[in-house]
Amino acid sequence: MKQFCTFYLGDLMLGVDVLEVQEVILYQDMTQVPLAHDSIKGLINLRGQIVTAIDLRERLNLPPSTSEEEQKNIVIQSGEEAVSLLVDEIGDVIEPSEDDFEDPPETIPEAAKEMIEGVYKLDKRLLLVLNSERTINITSDTSSNWLQTAAS
Amino acid sequence: MSNSFSNDDLQTELIKDFIIESVEGLDLYDQKILDFENEADLGTMNVIFRVIHTIKGTAGCLALPKIESVSHAGENLLSMIREGEITPNKSMITTLLSLSDALRESIQILEQTGREGDQDFSDLLAQLDAHQKGEALPTPEPEPEEQAYGLFEDEEETPAEQADEAWGLFGDEEEETTPQAETESKEPATAQLPANTGTSLAESSIRIGVTQLDKVMNIVGELVLARNQIVLNTTNFDEAALLKASQRLNIITTELQENVMKTRMQPIGNVWAKFPRVVRDVSNELGKEVRLIMDGQDTELDRTVIEAIKDPLTHIVRNSIDHGIESPEQRLASHKPAEGLLSLRAYHEGGQIIIEIMDDGAGINVERVKDKAVSRGLITSAHAANLTEKEAINLVFQPGFSTAEKVSNVSGRGVGMDVVRTNIEKSGGTVDLSSEAGQGTTVKIKIPLTLAIIPALTVTTSGDRYAIPQVSLLELVRLEGEAAHSGIEELYGSPIYRLRGKLLPIIFLNEQLRTEALADEADDEDKVVNIVVLQADGRQFGLVVDEINDTEEIVVKPLSKQLKGIPCFAGATIMGDGKVALILDVMGIAQHSRVVSENADRTISSQEETETVQREDTETLLLFSIGSDNRIAIPLNQAARLEEFEVDTVEHSGRHQVVQYRGEILPLIEIADYVPTSQPQADKTSREKLQVIVYSTHTGTYGLIVDQIQDIVEQAISARRESRCETLAGSIVLQGHVTDLLDAEAIIERYESGAIPQTV
Repeated sequence: MKQFCTFYLGDLMLGVDVLEVQEVILYQDMTQVPLAHDSIKGLINLRGQIVTAIDLRERLNLPPSTSEEEQKNIVIQSGEEAVSLLVDEIGDVIEPSEDDFEDPPETIPEAAKEMIEGVYKLDKRLLLVLNSERTINITSDTSSNWLQTAAS
Repeated sequence: MSNSFSNDDLQTELIKDFIIESVEGLDLYDQKILDFENEADLGTMNVIFRVIHTIKGTAGCLALPKIESVSHAGENLLSMIREGEITPNKSMITTLLSLSDALRESIQILEQTGREGDQDFSDLLAQLDAHQKGEALPTPEPEPEEQAYGLFEDEEETPAEQADEAWGLFGDEEEETTPQAETESKEPATAQLPANTGTSLAESSIRIGVTQLDKVMNIVGELVLARNQIVLNTTNFDEAALLKASQRLNIITTELQENVMKTRMQPIGNVWAKFPRVVRDVSNELGKEVRLIMDGQDTELDRTVIEAIKDPLTHIVRNSIDHGIESPEQRLASHKPAEGLLSLRAYHEGGQIIIEIMDDGAGINVERVKDKAVSRGLITSAHAANLTEKEAINLVFQPGFSTAEKVSNVSGRGVGMDVVRTNIEKSGGTVDLSSEAGQGTTVKIKIPLTLAIIPALTVTTSGDRYAIPQVSLLELVRLEGEAAHSGIEELYGSPIYRLRGKLLPIIFLNEQLRTEALADEADDEDKVVNIVVLQADGRQFGLVVDEINDTEEIVVKPLSKQLKGIPCFAGATIMGDGKVALILDVMGIAQHSRVVSENADRTISSQEETETVQREDTETLLLFSIGSDNRIAIPLNQAARLEEFEVDTVEHSGRHQVVQYRGEILPLIEIADYVPTSQPQADKTSREKLQVIVYSTHTGTYGLIVDQIQDIVEQAISARRESRCETLAGSIVLQGHVTDLLDAEAIIERYESGAIPQTV
C-alpha cells in the first residue's frame, strides 16, 4: 500500500509518493534564475543545499494562484539533488486503497497528462498522483533563445 | 555484528580491506625499494619484506592463489637479500619494482571484478627465480624461506621494530577477525605477531569516506551562516547571558570550521611519493642520471586540488627528464656533473600554493621552439621573429606543439603541455615557464588552496546579486558624469569602450540575462556606469553591471540538472546573509555574446600586441601639456605625487617661487621656462590653480609646474629620437603622437645652478 503526501493547487488535490518527499517547508526567499525555463521560480538555500524551486502551477499549465498566501515547498529528493515543488497548500499523508486507482482520464490536457500517473477516487474528491520524476524533468537549454536575442 | 554478516558479505568486506591496505602497502614498498637501492639498510628491507609478506599472508587467507604465489616468490627473493645471501643489483631492483606493478594490476582487477584475473606472471616468476639462483646458492629453495621467517619473528619483537610497524597491522586484524583465516594461514610468523603491535596506530586513526567529509563540511558551512545571524541579532539584546553564549558559539564555530577544513587537506607529498619511482623509470629508460630533490612535502592542499594537479605534475616531471636534462655524456661535455638535478619545491605564498619544478638541464632552445611553432603552422615566421624569448618559450603551451624530435615512450605523444596548462587553469591556477640556456628550466605552478572556496567579486544587476570568479577579473572601470554618457560608443550597433586607447567590446549583463533594467532613478547628473573588465579565452571584454559590491570568498555549489543548460552560469553559492547568488560563467557569457565572437580575431591580435608591448621595455608615463599643444611625458615612477596649489599660496624666496608643502618649503619650477614651446604659454597671471608634479631627487624635492595633467599611459618606447634640447631626454611616439620626454634632472640642475630661464 502506497502512502501519498497530498497538497493542493486551488481546488485540485494532488499527491506524490511519500518516500520521495524529503521534507515540507514554508515559503522561502528565492533567487531568480534568468534565462531558465519558465516554470523554474528560483533557488532556495535549504540548510546549505541549493534547491531549485519549480512552480507546479506553471508546470501543469494552471493559472497563477489568486490567493494572498505564500506558496509552500515540497522538497523532493532526486538522486543527489533536491528539487522543491511550489504548491498552494499542504494536505495530509493518506493511504488510499489500490482498488480506487484509475488511469488518468483522456480529457486531461496533453501538457499535464505526462506528469499525471493516475487518479485515486477518494470519498469526497479525486487525488491526482504526480509522477515526480517527469515533473522535475525540465531542461533549460537556452541556445535557441540566444539566437533570438541576437536577432532582435 | 559479525553474526548479521553472511560468509559472502564477510569475504567481500575483507577483500575490500585487503585492497585498500595493499595499495597503500605497495606505495610504501616502491618508496622503500628505492631507498634501499640508495642505501642498503636492514630496517628498510624489513619494511619491504613485511609489505609483501602481509600481502602474501592475506591473499592466502582470502583464497587468492595468484597473488599469493607471486608475492611468495617475491618474498623468497627478498628474504635472501635480507639475509645477505645475495647482493641486490640494478636489474634485481627493477624486477622487484615490476613485482609491485604486477600485484597492483592484480589488485585492480580484483577491485573491479571481485575475483583474481587470469594474467600471466610466469615471466616475472621466472625472473624472480633466476635472481635467486643467480647467486648459485647451495641451499635448496625452501630453506632460506624458513630462515627468513625465523629472523622476521625475532625482529618483530624488538621495540624499535614495533615503532615502524605501520603496515603489518592489517595482517594482525585479519588473523583476529577471520576464523577461517586461522586455519588457512600458512604463516606462523604472522599468527604469532605480538597482539599489541601497532595497536596505537589503529586507535589513533580511522578511515573516513570523502563524501562523509564533504557532508560535514557542508553542514559546518551552514552552521557558520546560522552563527552569523545569531551573532548579528544578539548584539541588539542586553541579556548578558545570551551575549556570552553567542560569543562562545561564535568562537566554537570558527574553530570547528577551521578544523573541518583541515580534514580535507592533504600534504602534497602524497602526490610526490610516486615521483622517485617515475624519475627512476624514466631516467633509466632514457639512459640519464637524475637525482630528485623534494622540498616542502608537508605543504597542504585540498584533496580536490591534489587530484587535479596530479597528472599535470607527472607530465612536467617526465618532460623535465626527457627534454630538460641531458645525457651524462652531454652534461660532462658542458662541464656539469653527470648526474642531473631535478628539484620539486612547494610552498605557500599569498593564499596560494606555489609548486616549482626545476631542472639543471640544457634549458629550452628558443630558436628550436620558434622553428617548430612555424613548421606546425602555429605562428608565422614573421611573427616568430618578433617574439620575445619569454613569449617564444611559452609557445610550448600551444595545442599541437611538441619539440621532441623523435617520439619517445616518455613524451611527445601529443598530450603535451597544452593539456597541462588547461588542467591547471581549470583548477583556477596558472603555469609559467622560464628557462635559461644551459642552466635549466623552471616550471612554476600557482594554484589556489582549495577549489571549493574561491575569491569572487559580487555585483548587482536588476536587483540580483551575481558572483564573478576573481580569476577572470582584470580591472574595474567606473564612468561618472560626462563619461557615463559618452564613454560607451557604438560601432555598427555594438557598444565599445576605449580603455587606455584600446577598444574594449562591451556587454550589458542585464541584456545578456534578459532581466529588466532598473528604471534610471538617478538623475542624469549622477549616472554612473560600472564596467567589469574580464578576460576569457585570451580575450578581453567589459561587462556593464548596475553595482559593484565587494569581493568575498564563496563556496561553489553545482547547479541542478534543470539549470545545467544555461551557458551564463557556472554554479551557485550561498552569500553571507543566507541567500543564494548565481556564479557567472565568464567564458560562457563571452562565447554567447555576439560582441566577442564577431570581433574575436581583431581582439586576439590586439591582445597579442598588448602582450608583446608589455613584455618589451614598457614604461608607465605621466603625460602632461605645456602651452596649448605641447605633449610632454615623464616616467610615472619619477613623480612622487600630483598636487594642486592655489596661486595665493605661492610665496617668493629670492627670485624663486616656493610653497609650503607638508611642513617644508617646496621650490616650484616652471617647466615652460625650460622647454621650447611651439606656442606661447597660457597667460601665467590668469591661472588660479597650479598643477604641480612633486618630483624627488637626491638633491631634494621640487614642484614642477605644468599646465595640464593629461593621462597616464603604459606603453613601450618604440620610436625614439634624440632631442635637440638639453632639457628633453628625447622624443617618442605615444598614442600616435610625437611626445617629448622630459629630462627633469637636467632642469633641476639648471635651476639649481641659477641658469636664467630662457623666457625670462
